[in-house]
Amino acid sequence: MADKNGFFDLSKTTLSRRTALKGIAAGAGLALAPGFVRYSQAQSSAPIRIGFQSHRTGIGAAYGRWYEKTSAAAVKAINDAGGISGRKVELVIEDDGTDPARGAEVVNKFAKQHKTDIVFGTLFSHVVIGSAPAAGENKIPYFVVSEGHHVASTKLNRYVFQPGITDVKSQIQSMAPWIAANAGKKVTQIFPDFAFGYDHRDYLPPALKAQGADVIAQIAIPPTESSFTKYFPQIPAETEVIYHVMVGPAVLTFVKELGEFYGSQRPQLFGFMDSLEAVDINSPGLEFLDGSHFWEGSPRYAQPDDSAAQKAYRAAVGIDDNGAAVGDPKDISTASHMFGCWETLYVVKKAMEDAGYKGPEDRAKLVEATEALKEFAEGPEHPQGPKTFNGKIHQCFGIQNISKVEGGKLKVVHKTKIEDGLYEPEGDYTTQAL
Amino acid sequence: MPGRAEGGASRIRSRVMHFGPHLLLAALEGLVTSAVLALTALGLSLVFGVMRIVNVAHGEFFMLGAVLAWAVSTAISGHPAVGFVAALVIAPSLVGLVAFLAEWLVLRRLNYNPESTIVATIGMLYIIQQLALTFYGPEARPVEPPFSYRILLPWFGYSGYKLSVVAASAILLVITWLVLTRTKIGLIMRATQYDRETAQAFGIPVERVYAGVFAIGAMLAAIAAVLIVPISQAHYLMGQDPLLLSFIVVIIGGLGSLRGTVVAAVLIGLSDGIISMFFSPTLAKIIATLVVAMVLVFRPQGLFGTAPR
Repeated sequence: MADKNGFFDLSKTTLSRRTALKGIAAGAGLALAPGFVRYSQAQSSAPIRIGFQSHRTGIGAAYGRWYEKTSAAAVKAINDAGGISGRKVELVIEDDGTDPARGAEVVNKFAKQHKTDIVFGTLFSHVVIGSAPAAGENKIPYFVVSEGHHVASTKLNRYVFQPGITDVKSQIQSMAPWIAANAGKKVTQIFPDFAFGYDHRDYLPPALKAQGADVIAQIAIPPTESSFTKYFPQIPAETEVIYHVMVGPAVLTFVKELGEFYGSQRPQLFGFMDSLEAVDINSPGLEFLDGSHFWEGSPRYAQPDDSAAQKAYRAAVGIDDNGAAVGDPKDISTASHMFGCWETLYVVKKAMEDAGYKGPEDRAKLVEATEALKEFAEGPEHPQGPKTFNGKIHQCFGIQNISKVEGGKLKVVHKTKIEDGLYEPEGDYTTQAL
Repeated sequence: MPGRAEGGASRIRSRVMHFGPHLLLAALEGLVTSAVLALTALGLSLVFGVMRIVNVAHGEFFMLGAVLAWAVSTAISGHPAVGFVAALVIAPSLVGLVAFLAEWLVLRRLNYNPESTIVATIGMLYIIQQLALTFYGPEARPVEPPFSYRILLPWFGYSGYKLSVVAASAILLVITWLVLTRTKIGLIMRATQYDRETAQAFGIPVERVYAGVFAIGAMLAAIAAVLIVPISQAHYLMGQDPLLLSFIVVIIGGLGSLRGTVVAAVLIGLSDGIISMFFSPTLAKIIATLVVAMVLVFRPQGLFGTAPR
């Protein structure tokens, strides 16, 4: 770490008696404080504690709330079925404010103060990138549900995994053939001006080129922007498809203003559901989206061919056929992403049981056991669909859905195959020391 | 970086619109920003001018206005215009009430001490923001515009509602100006602003004027928010940008000067619209901040402000 001067190295500093006494008193106070339970003798029966780095506030708050709901449902299902290796699972939630600096603090807090077994649940890519070094330094496994390519790029470290949701590079590669064949060959991209958007910026042009289509303009928009009309004149007139992926609270404004700008004479639209997660597609001003297409990780609306596992998952999380909270049709879920929390927790369960995980001293074993996983069959534990897992790049691969907006609902019109999204690994985490 | 090699795509930027229409769109967008900004900044300016208080919670009154507008318009069924008009009346009134209470419970107890009130209003900012997160939630929620007429220009379409926001804001600014210059209330406010002690000596209930001004300042922000909420949704963090921009406007225009506030709002709004369309939104922000710095260095009282007595 950056502790160049040995500032934190106790051997180099002299401890006065007074300081030592203060420290002991504080430590004793902490140990006696309510909630501070020592499980050293009860290791085997103590719950497995999962540190949940949640976007409770900040621009990711709508996602954070649904990530918490889904994770709570998964933990309940796991506990009802006997927990992990017979031990109960417990979520310890800390808010990261959707902020990278705070994210790193939260990981440190989980590792040093809460002493959780792992850290889990982060979505926003800048928070993941900001927090990953802290996970590496603390040697605490960090299971993210982020969909960014940063994990699979092998630019993070050996403790970071993304086994429950596919990454953007793979998603783009699977969908590019469909876009080129069905929507158009001249594509203008609109994306948020930060890490997650850059995955789209960097991987769409080559993926489309391979299909004989071209990205003719790329428009980056700051993630905190609240009005968008001023960007639209940059869209070239010959554009056949607008490929949009936006995040944050202003997504609805973005789509509405696009509608006002173009009216009915719009190019084809292909969007990532991120542009409308937690937003009702029947909101005023969104009529303009009718007939357009979206990528969906897991379909928001119940589909006629839904598996029993998908139905059971939706019931457990508490979303109705329109992807809204049961009992509150206005509370729209983040269905395209949150399934990843459910699936990741089941991967953690599998890996912990494979590793014979007992406690934090077994974290390295857990890393190796996760890396050894190869595939996850579709079923109650993986309701979104079957997946393969590449232990070298810590990333899973799965199917993608392309849905059409029809009659105020999203209807899945195309499902990609796992093979469509496979690519050559860019590195190998397993060569890094544990 | 992979993909960048094939790129060059990001460099492609074909001319899509001719200069004229492009400028028109930029100016329209700028005008909408200016209109909302003028109202919001006027509230901030009024509070500072009369009470000498820097209200850091001003942006949260703006947010509260938008959130309440959502609550009112969803509670009322029927034509969207009915809900909107109700929101335009109810939301600012409630925000005014909250501000009135805050003034009475907090600012008055601090004797309007400039330093303490800054800290106190920072506290209010967090309290209001977190209450909104707790009771309203993290989602951005839309309010239906009272009418959705799309003006079809030969080159692009534009929201008719946005233009009506500009008109509504102009009318409200004129009304505020008339109240300040032509009515007794305005006279009392100006007298308090000019010299608090003398005003008190002449029997003006200064504390009541302060409470009123603080409420009116918050209400102006809330009205601006109700006008903007059909365009950009209600969200608990939406108060940050307006606060920052209002400070910029008020510093450039001169604290306490109505004319300066309006001129600076139009200047900042239009330059933001035009610069961000022809160059980049980041450059627009850089220039606005630079102007603030220049004004502070060369004309600390602002373009239209009067030097402190």
